[in-house]
Amino acid sequence: MDFAALQQQLCDRQTTCVELTERYLAKIEKGVHLNAFIFVMRDQALQRAAEVDRKIAKGVAGRLAGMVIGVKDNLALTNTLTTCGSRILHNFVAPYDATVLRKLAQEDAIFIGKTNLDEFAMGSSSETSIFGAVKNPIDPQRVAGGSSGGSAAAVAAGMCTAALGSDTGGSIRQPASFCGIVGLKPTYGRVSRYGLFAYASSFDQIGPLTRTVGDSAHILQVIAGCDPQDSTAVDTAVPDYQQALQRSIVGLKIGLPREYFTTGLDPQVETVLNKTVEKLRNGGAQVVEVSLPHSRYAVAAYYILATAEASSNLERYDGMRYGYRAGHVRSLEETYVKSRSQGFGDEVKRRIMLGTYVLSAGYYDAYYRRAQQVRTLVKGDFDAALEQVDCLLTPTAPTPAFCLHEKLDDPLSMYLSDIYTVSVNLAGLPALSVPAGTDSKGLPIGAQLIARPFDEETLFAVGQFVQNP
Amino acid sequence: MITVHDVEQIARLAKLEFTDEEKHRFIKSFNEILSYVELLNELDLDGIEPTTHVVPLQNVLREDCLEFSLPREKVMQNAPEQKEGLFRVPKVIGASDE
Repeated sequence: MDFAALQQQLCDRQTTCVELTERYLAKIEKGVHLNAFIFVMRDQALQRAAEVDRKIAKGVAGRLAGMVIGVKDNLALTNTLTTCGSRILHNFVAPYDATVLRKLAQEDAIFIGKTNLDEFAMGSSSETSIFGAVKNPIDPQRVAGGSSGGSAAAVAAGMCTAALGSDTGGSIRQPASFCGIVGLKPTYGRVSRYGLFAYASSFDQIGPLTRTVGDSAHILQVIAGCDPQDSTAVDTAVPDYQQALQRSIVGLKIGLPREYFTTGLDPQVETVLNKTVEKLRNGGAQVVEVSLPHSRYAVAAYYILATAEASSNLERYDGMRYGYRAGHVRSLEETYVKSRSQGFGDEVKRRIMLGTYVLSAGYYDAYYRRAQQVRTLVKGDFDAALEQVDCLLTPTAPTPAFCLHEKLDDPLSMYLSDIYTVSVNLAGLPALSVPAGTDSKGLPIGAQLIARPFDEETLFAVGQFVQNP
Repeated sequence: MITVHDVEQIARLAKLEFTDEEKHRFIKSFNEILSYVELLNELDLDGIEPTTHVVPLQNVLREDCLEFSLPREKVMQNAPEQKEGLFRVPKVIGASDE
């Protein structure tokens, strides 16, 4: 059931927020083996649900009354643990709310718990959290994708109406594709990042994971907009996204980047994408081939720039003011080194090390500067392509969900699973992953739509068409 | 190619330490990743401006007036050690003499 139907039920007094929350809590309990939640806010959620029920009875409830939301555990929620799935923050209680959570609460959304993730959102499989791996609800032998894997699994398993994630190189879209749900990475600057624990600040963006495109639009409507707490949140008017859902796709021009349909693409993913193209053509859209010539350089550029930013952002974890501090140390220097070495997991250390290396004297020009120049080229490719067409259609990921442990010991092959998503973050564009079909084993396959900056409306219009039967 | 010496050097800069076994595992994945990113050397990048940020940013300033900030106890609530409302940290000066 989508949120609109759910709200109708609440309005007609067929159900209550408390009843809904109880139903979700039961689902969470039943699916505890999926490890989607790091912790569940049972009492708070039920108390809040009762409050919202009273507001509904009085006719003063907010726009999201009845929406029960899972929150990725790298978003600060006051008086609640916020761990980033890391030992270094295992006991960190957030002293303030992320702007997105403050806005959602104002509209009477109910938070049900914090969802599991790759440590510090660095990963593509949600296997590196100290709380263990997330499993895919469709096939628990497989990963849920990452890094917002807990959020995706929770929504797919019906443990909440929707969830929030963060996307630095595909961390909302790829798990959405793997779990058969809708994932939106808004334009960089569309949504405030205040209260999101930084991984790579020039790429990070918060967005919704939902069952339907309509629900995604409902959430973006509330969380979008500028924020005095985040100077990179752009002061651009927030359009009416529900209206965008009504738009026709007749006459829209949709581009297929030819570089995305070559080697490395699973034939079953290609088949599903071809069917999506057919559907769009039958619906009246014009589908044409376009070129993004620098696509093959995107993953390399991304992993240089993102790790460089990460190495700088994660300097703050020094064991002084918050987080894990190693015991039995004699000096300040030793406190730093031991706290960080014992507090961070392998993948986070690897990225800090890579980032430190590419920024170090003698290598800056060879790696960091070159990667920034490639970022210019990748962005230029998109600008040129999106002058010819209204949006682009690509696979979200080269394969359906892979098996647990399959790529964990091979970081490079893990990085390459982001091949179709990272360029979007390099260019700062909005993109939506929408369920497009399944493979022969029934594993979901997502289609990715990419639009011009701040044109989430086109994503919603086309996404809605793709999702509807 | 990255060597053990390089790993130790980078670790020192990053304030991390590794066991010998970890260093060797690191070197393997590090070198794989570095040889993959060599791909970028195919490109002639002369005259291409680097992009640091995708949104054309201007300085965003606010009025210089008093605003709410977190109360001290909220700021201190996660401190590993504290004393009299201050963060307690290991001795900074003369620590090596201890």
